[in-house]
Amino acid sequence: MRSFLSNPWNKPRTLPLVTAMYILWSIVPVIIAIRFSFNAGRSRSTWQGFSTRWYLGTPEAAESVLYDPSLRFALNQSLKLALLTMLVATPIGIALAIGLARWRGRLAKPSNFLMLFPLVTPEIVMGVALFLVFDNLYDFVTFGTMAQFLGHVTFSISFVVIIVRGRLFAIGRDYEEAAMDLGASPSQAMRRVLFPLLMPAIFASLAIVFAISIDDFVISQFLVGGADSVTIPVRLYSGARLAPPPSLNALATVLMVVTIGAVTLGGLALKVFGRKSGDDESALETIGRFEI
Amino acid sequence: MPTNLQGGEYDVVGQRRFVWPSFALPGVLWLVALFLVPFYAIFAVAMGRTDPIFNRPQPEWNPFYWDTAVFGEVLGDLFGGQLGVIALRTLGYVFVASFLCLLIGYPVAYFVSRKAGRWRWLWLLLILAPFWINYLMRMMSWVNLLSPDGQVNQFLATIGVENLPDWLAGHNYVVILGLVYGYIPFFILPLFASLDRIDEATLEASRDLGAGSFSTFWRVTLPLSKNGVLGGLVIIMLPMFGDYYTPTLLSGSPRTRMLGNTIDQFINQTTSQGAVGAALTIVLMVFVAGLMLYYLRTINQATRAARE
Repeated sequence: MRSFLSNPWNKPRTLPLVTAMYILWSIVPVIIAIRFSFNAGRSRSTWQGFSTRWYLGTPEAAESVLYDPSLRFALNQSLKLALLTMLVATPIGIALAIGLARWRGRLAKPSNFLMLFPLVTPEIVMGVALFLVFDNLYDFVTFGTMAQFLGHVTFSISFVVIIVRGRLFAIGRDYEEAAMDLGASPSQAMRRVLFPLLMPAIFASLAIVFAISIDDFVISQFLVGGADSVTIPVRLYSGARLAPPPSLNALATVLMVVTIGAVTLGGLALKVFGRKSGDDESALETIGRFEI
Repeated sequence: MPTNLQGGEYDVVGQRRFVWPSFALPGVLWLVALFLVPFYAIFAVAMGRTDPIFNRPQPEWNPFYWDTAVFGEVLGDLFGGQLGVIALRTLGYVFVASFLCLLIGYPVAYFVSRKAGRWRWLWLLLILAPFWINYLMRMMSWVNLLSPDGQVNQFLATIGVENLPDWLAGHNYVVILGLVYGYIPFFILPLFASLDRIDEATLEASRDLGAGSFSTFWRVTLPLSKNGVLGGLVIIMLPMFGDYYTPTLLSGSPRTRMLGNTIDQFINQTTSQGAVGAALTIVLMVFVAGLMLYYLRTINQATRAARE
């Protein structure tokens, strides 16, 4: 006891115990939710046997993720938004990162500042801002997919810039200059030297933009247009308190599997292209900046 | 001016002068149109008028004609009205939840970064797991567990508790539990990264100079992880101040309303109250301005360090 008092942090047992309890507490509720998505009955708290009816079901019952229209639309909408956002935000962000890293003009500093702002602005503020501007100024933007897409790209660009810029600083200018000394034109040096070196950051950006877009709730909810633009997180939010059947758990589980799949794919691509790049720590830092 | 010289040099060796700004152009234009202008729209709507015929907000884009009537009402409600109660409650929730995150999160991050040994990768994987699980799914799991016929009450019934409580009927501690549960992973990760960066040699030096492990922790590790703690706290406090989904899901009662709930109500659930919603958003921004600036400074410093 005396040694514990003089040294509470370093006791071999206390710390692992606290950590293990924390991990149990953080994961077990989710595991229970996943388990009940496979329940054979309608209950989400009494186990009635294993079944995949809430995932696959039959068209007649229309109660599964596959056949309940509201669940299926949500899955479609989430996938569609995440793919669109990924394909548009990544190139814009890569170009912005390169531009900001090398541009020394008078407007470079304010532009950099503008890029950082979405990272530190609470999502609800961005949601209100976009809602009001689409409602009152940009009348050609309709609520629903179009507004949600514009919003998702807006908060994704800065993440891409942070990821790509870290890699740009690590690469430096030496390789490009060497290429140009050997006779490459500036644009050749860029295409054939810089872009291949940026590949790990590009794959990381694609995966992370997909993940933060499909995971987003606040912006999607503020910019929702109608039943056809409800995403999975919005559907979970609106259904969770209405004593839903386990199909809602199944929908959430599908979202989880898709997210983990995207991140794993991105991680694999990073491994293949990013040998010896020592990017692990900066990747961790970037993940640390995720809000929900 | 060395920076200018360097810039000129880059342009001579690399691309022509207009090339780099034109790379940045699409992104900058996008952010001006869809971040800066919308941001200004919050002020234009909050200080605008209400169209008497269509009963909807009419933004005033020219600051010289701003009308502060709505904003004044909101401020009046903040100092001495119902909104003041909600703002104080929000502050209370955020501070208690952040403190609990620190209390639980520090030992976890410390263990995984310094003491986890051979299985470190597994521990790390497990503390990262919540990142890939949607926040709403994690809240929904608790709604499941805490609902009147949920697992928690089932368990209480089997050990003979009568009068089973309705956990989801507006209890402060349930909302705080939800906030801690939801945001603690975002606190642990940056703290882990900062603890992980501490050089082992620093700690050895401390021990060589005669400090025990407690005093090494107290006088070396803890001060060196200060930025990680502050960074983690800022990262979780920013979204917590704007949270409205956690109290809605885990209570839904007016007794646990947060600032975010009032914004959600005036923007999403009504059509004519946009000005009030916008004014409330400005109030929220005043609450979090310090946090935003601190976070901005941290990112900027990290960028500058990476550039060198």
